[in-house]
Parts: sequence; C-alpha cells; structure tokens
Amino acid sequence: MQELGMAEQGSIRVSRKDDNVVVIEKDLATEEMLLSMGPQHPSTHGVLKLECMTDGEVVTSAEPYLGYLHRCFEKHCEVVDYPGIVPYTDRMDYLAGMNNEWAYCIAVEKLLDIEIPRRVEFIRVMVSELNRIASHLVAIGTYGIDLGAFTPFLFCFRDREHILNLLEWASGARMLYNYIWIGGVAFDIPADFNKRVKEFVDYFRPKVVELYKLLTENEIFVKRTKGIGIMPADVAINYAWSGPMLRGSGVQWDLRRNDPYSVYPELDFNIPVPDGKFSDIGDCLSRHLVRALEMEESLNIIEQCISKMPGSDGFNPRSSVPKRVRPKAGEVYARAENPRGELGFYIQSDGKSTRPLRCKARSSCFVNLSAMKDLSKGQLIPDLVAIIGSIDIVLGEVDR
Amino acid sequence: MSVSAISQISLPFLMGNNLNAWSDALAGLTISWFPLGLVIIAAIPLVFIALYALTYGVYGERKISAFMQDRLGPMEVGKWGILQTLADILKLLQKEDIVPTSADKFLFVIGPGILFVGSFLAFAVLPFSPAFIGANLNVGLFYAIGIVSLEVVGILAAGWGSNNKWSLYGAVRSVAQIVSYEIPAAIALLCGAMMAGTLDMQQISVQQSGPYGFAHFFLFQSPIAWLPFLIYFIASLAETNRAPFDIPEAESELVAGYFTEYSGMKFAVIFLAEYGSMFMVSAIISIVFLGGWNSPLPNLGSVALYDWTSGPVWGAFWIISKGFFFIFVQMWLRWTLPRLRVDQLMYLCWKVLTPFAFISFVLTAIWEIYVP
Repeated sequence: MQELGMAEQGSIRVSRKDDNVVVIEKDLATEEMLLSMGPQHPSTHGVLKLECMTDGEVVTSAEPYLGYLHRCFEKHCEVVDYPGIVPYTDRMDYLAGMNNEWAYCIAVEKLLDIEIPRRVEFIRVMVSELNRIASHLVAIGTYGIDLGAFTPFLFCFRDREHILNLLEWASGARMLYNYIWIGGVAFDIPADFNKRVKEFVDYFRPKVVELYKLLTENEIFVKRTKGIGIMPADVAINYAWSGPMLRGSGVQWDLRRNDPYSVYPELDFNIPVPDGKFSDIGDCLSRHLVRALEMEESLNIIEQCISKMPGSDGFNPRSSVPKRVRPKAGEVYARAENPRGELGFYIQSDGKSTRPLRCKARSSCFVNLSAMKDLSKGQLIPDLVAIIGSIDIVLGEVDR
Repeated sequence: MSVSAISQISLPFLMGNNLNAWSDALAGLTISWFPLGLVIIAAIPLVFIALYALTYGVYGERKISAFMQDRLGPMEVGKWGILQTLADILKLLQKEDIVPTSADKFLFVIGPGILFVGSFLAFAVLPFSPAFIGANLNVGLFYAIGIVSLEVVGILAAGWGSNNKWSLYGAVRSVAQIVSYEIPAAIALLCGAMMAGTLDMQQISVQQSGPYGFAHFFLFQSPIAWLPFLIYFIASLAETNRAPFDIPEAESELVAGYFTEYSGMKFAVIFLAEYGSMFMVSAIISIVFLGGWNSPLPNLGSVALYDWTSGPVWGAFWIISKGFFFIFVQMWLRWTLPRLRVDQLMYLCWKVLTPFAFISFVLTAIWEIYVP
C-alpha cells in the first residue's frame, strides 16, 4: 500500500504492487458507499459487523462493531463461585475450550498456591494441545472457505472429528468440556487413551502434508494471501498482538517458552516463525503458515507427553482439588498461550467470599481484532475478507 | 464387416437418417395455423436442460463434491438420494414468491427470465446429432457467442433491481467479467472456425468426421489447437461464473452476489440458467475442438469401431458425453481451487489470455494457409 499523492491531472492512487498486479484509480472520484458487512455475513466468522466505506471495490475504512454475542461473562463471574466459572470459560473461545479452562485454572491455582500432580499436568498439556490442533484446523479450514476453497474445510473437519471424539472420550463433551478443574482434572484419562492418541498422531501427520499441498501451496491461494494485510513487527507489538498473529509478523513470542507454565519447560518443541522466503513477513500467508506449522509442533508435544506421562497407579485426578475455594485476599494475573494468542485472567479476591471480587479476561481475539481498522485501510473487499479470516477471530471470545 | 452388418440389422433405429425423417414430419405438423410440431421440437432442448440440470447438474455436483470431500452427499430421498433434487425443486416451488419492497419490481422479475433465455437460446444452434439441430444457421457459432451476452443484461437487471449493495457488487463484477472474457473466448473459437472454414456448427462437426475417429478432431488436427482449446476452456469457466472465477457470486465476499435477494422459483430459474450455460459452453468446446457428435473411436481394420458408433442417436450420445465430461472437469476445478481476486481475474483475461488468444489466432491462420 503506497500513496503516490497528487499528480498533475488529479490524484492517482496505487493500491498495491505485487507480482504485476496493480490497482490504479485515476481521477475517478465517485461517491463513497457505506457497506455494512455483517453481523450476518458468511465471512465475518460469527456476528462481527464491519461498517465499510467503499470506493468501488476499495475499502477506504472499516470500523468493527462488537457486542452481538456479549454474554456478561465478567459480571457473571462475580456471582458464581470459583469452580463454577470453569464451564463459562469454555464458552468464550468455544473452539478451544480446554485452553480457556486451563488459563483460568492456572490463575486460581496461583491465587490458592496449590501444587498440581505431575500426571495432571501432562494430561492438561495433552488435551490442550489436541484442542489447539482442532482449533487450528477450524481456522485453516474456514480461511480456505473465505478464499473460495471449500474442500480443505471439510478435510479439516474430518480430521477434527477424531480429536473431538478423543476429547469426548476423556471428558464426556465435544466442545464445552468442563474437564480441567481447579487443582486437577475431572476424570483420569481412559485406559487406552494414550494409545488412541498415538494412533491419531500417526494418522494425522500425512494429513497435514495433504492439507499443505491442497491449500497452502496452491498458486491461487498464495496469490490471494501473499503481501496482503502486512503488519510490521513493531506495530504488532504496539497493538499487543499475541499468538500466531504476532509470530506471523516475525516475533518469536510464545508464552509456553517466554513465560513458561506447567511442564512446558520439559518439552521440546519449536516456535515456528516465517522466514520470509515463502511469504512476506507479517502478511496473511505468514499467519496462515504459522498455524499450519504449529499443528506439527503440537503433534510433537503430544508424543512427548505420551512418553513422559507418569503411570496411573494410585492416581486420583481430584486429589488436590480444593473442597472449598476461598483464596486469601489479593489479586493475580495469569496467562496462557491459547491457539489464538495470549488469554489472561485477572482475578481479585477479597479473602472472605467464595466468589471472585472481579474477574477480567484478557481476550486474544479482541486485542488482535483491534488492528482491523489499520489493516483494512485501502484494501479491496476480497482482501478484507482474507484479512478477517487471517485474524481468526472467535466472536465468543471477542465479546465474552 | 459381418459384425457391423449384424449391428445394422439388429439396431436399425440407431442407424441411417430415420430421425431426420421423423423430425421433418414433426416439423411439418401444423394444427390449423398453429405450428405444434415446431413448438415440440423447440421444447426438446428445454426438456433436456431441465432434465439434465435435475439429474446430472445439481445432483451430480452434490455427489461429486461429496466424494471429493470424503462425504456421502444426499442419501435420504430415494436410493442414493437420487430424488433429492426433485424434492428441492418441489420445496422451491412451494415457497412464497418474495419481491423485496424496495426492489425495482419489473427488473427484479425480468432478470432471471432474461438470464434463463440467454443461456437457453444458444441451445438452438447446437447440433446434437447429424440429424438434429434446432436451427441450422450459417452463422451458428457467431450466434452462440453473441446470444450468451444477453445473460449480462439479466444479471445486471437482477443485481440492480434487487436494491441490495451486495447484489449490485455482484452484478457489476459479473458484467465486467463476462464482457472481458468474451474476447479471448471468441478469438479462441475463431481459431476453430478458421480450421473449419465456416461458422456453421453442423458443418464444423461434419468436417471433423472421418474413419480415424479422434484423429480428425480439430484439437489433433493442428499443433497449436490445444492453445485456443485451453484458452476457451478457461474463458468459458469465467463466462459461466464457475470457480475459480466465481467472484460475482463469491459467497464469502458478496453473500450470494447478484441473486442474494432471490428465493423460491426465481432462484431455481437462476440456478437452472447457470447449469444450462455450463452445459452450453461444454457443448460448444466439444463441437469446435472435439468433433461434437463424432465418435472418437477409430476404425481399426475390420473392427470398424467408428462406423458402429456413428449415427444420429450415437451422435447425441457422444456430444452429451463430451459435454458431461467437461462439466465434470468444471466441478472438479470448483471443488479444488480457491477463488481469484477481481484484479487478478482481469489481469488473467487482458494480459494473459487475450494476447495468447491472438497468438494462437495468427499461428492457426499461418498453419491453415501454408500447411495443406
């Protein structure tokens, strides 16, 4: 995106210049049209509304309007006791319920200062990483749909189904698990769970390659995403981006490494960051690429969990679950690396009640979405769709 | 020889020009002043389109996409869901015919009609067999190229009449796309016309018949014919708004493009028109480059495959099979590729396809003049 400013005859605007595709609008000032995109639009991933001012196909400005899925999560927390909040967190980023619960439980555990059994930690890592893969599959699949490729979406959902079956086996629910509890997990994993997970890992590795060939390396897909919606690293940091979005801009920032929690320091995994060869750093393709590569890293983590997990002899998953959660007066902020970035919980306790005085969720999607206005300026409508898709928002978490 | 003789005796209705006689008799059938026979003949392609759109078009698309995506597709209505489309059509017929209050009613209603007529009129000049062609125009190919442009009017009427911003976007995109892609498409077809030396669709087909089957097809008659063939195929995808050029109805960008506001039977008519044009461009590419109703099987000595598989009904079989093959390729592409962006689409048209179409035009002309 570059502005050439005023030429002799009038204004000439060059919207983009990448491999010979140039959009020049020359002296054709027409009336701008207000285009309301959403809340019932197929590619706003839920109920996001974008009010776009459009000049032909060029979007001059896009203002996101939120709140269509607002469910008063934070206010609810103040009237529910600590363990009762766990199922609510599932409903924030409903594609990654395990990760949400975990982030919340880490916060409360920090406040209570309790020790977690080692096997529980490994179970938590495993189910969260499985959920991370499932979430990335949805992100990649829907991104394909945004760009008109329908088949990868169904391939993704086919593989996601296996993960959901595994998680259902462990927790009893497909999306809203209520599995990770404060101080433990609801149930121990079933007897053959690790074997099945291993089978899934072996099944899924070739599928990642298949997805890579079908979508990521597709010439049209690359043309649609490369160089679109570039976010420089410094601006991304100023916007407090996190997760695959920030890593897409070339910043190697992953809370599992940079602010380690649980047993992640013992596990060996890479933090994929685009090298600028296949994609321009910070563009939509980079963000897509980070997600695609992260799935493989998650598979590695899961494999290590299976081999390092302590046995289930004499194991009680609820051994350190407190009977009554009444933390000392104080406040805590804990964060975890979710599929969509940093999910943080700030919890304030008055020391008397079994309910939090204040519970604030720092939503990754909300923060990532805040850059929408900057990113969308001067883009074409199809690129706007590509950018929204690459941000990978879940409106349940944006609005809470 | 003996085998072919037996086949001629046992299947007399497949051979000879009996159908010609039947259709001539039917065409002459007039009740007082009303040319009933001609009306019936004119209705045959319509019935064909409707049947094909029902059976192969929509059902086939759903099944093919399902198998490509590891699904089963429709399975409930009838064996293997074969009656699913019929159920859908019945449902669409029962729907309330809604015209948005702020819409331009006249344009809104007439849009799908023009669209359907545009794709349907071209069927008049398609030779379905040596004995059957709706209107044997000496400018058949030109007529087919020209009449498709009528669809643009229908799309624009539908998009503007809906009074919906997404519809308008879809319509404007569609018109820009179809008008642009007509140029490489027409030039590519002109290469075929040059090889035949005529614009008469029936004559183009006749010139590609011969005992060696596919070797007589224009695609294999000159070393450069694959280039206009490919150009026309790509351009025809864009002309019928099929993926990867389906930007006028890009569901993730424009909701549904120019038919966002349509429902019920009007929606069904738009759908029918789309599948009609899909078959039409497939038939045109088969006629101009792949011999139309000619059998692709060659005579191998005494095994006279070509002779056995030629004739009016065989001709209809071959052209419909070839058409279906191209429709299958269209569906295959649709369920594999992402969508291009508007400017990339125009770039492809004006900077890639059009120059290459001109090159193939010149090369074909040179080939036709200097190579006997």
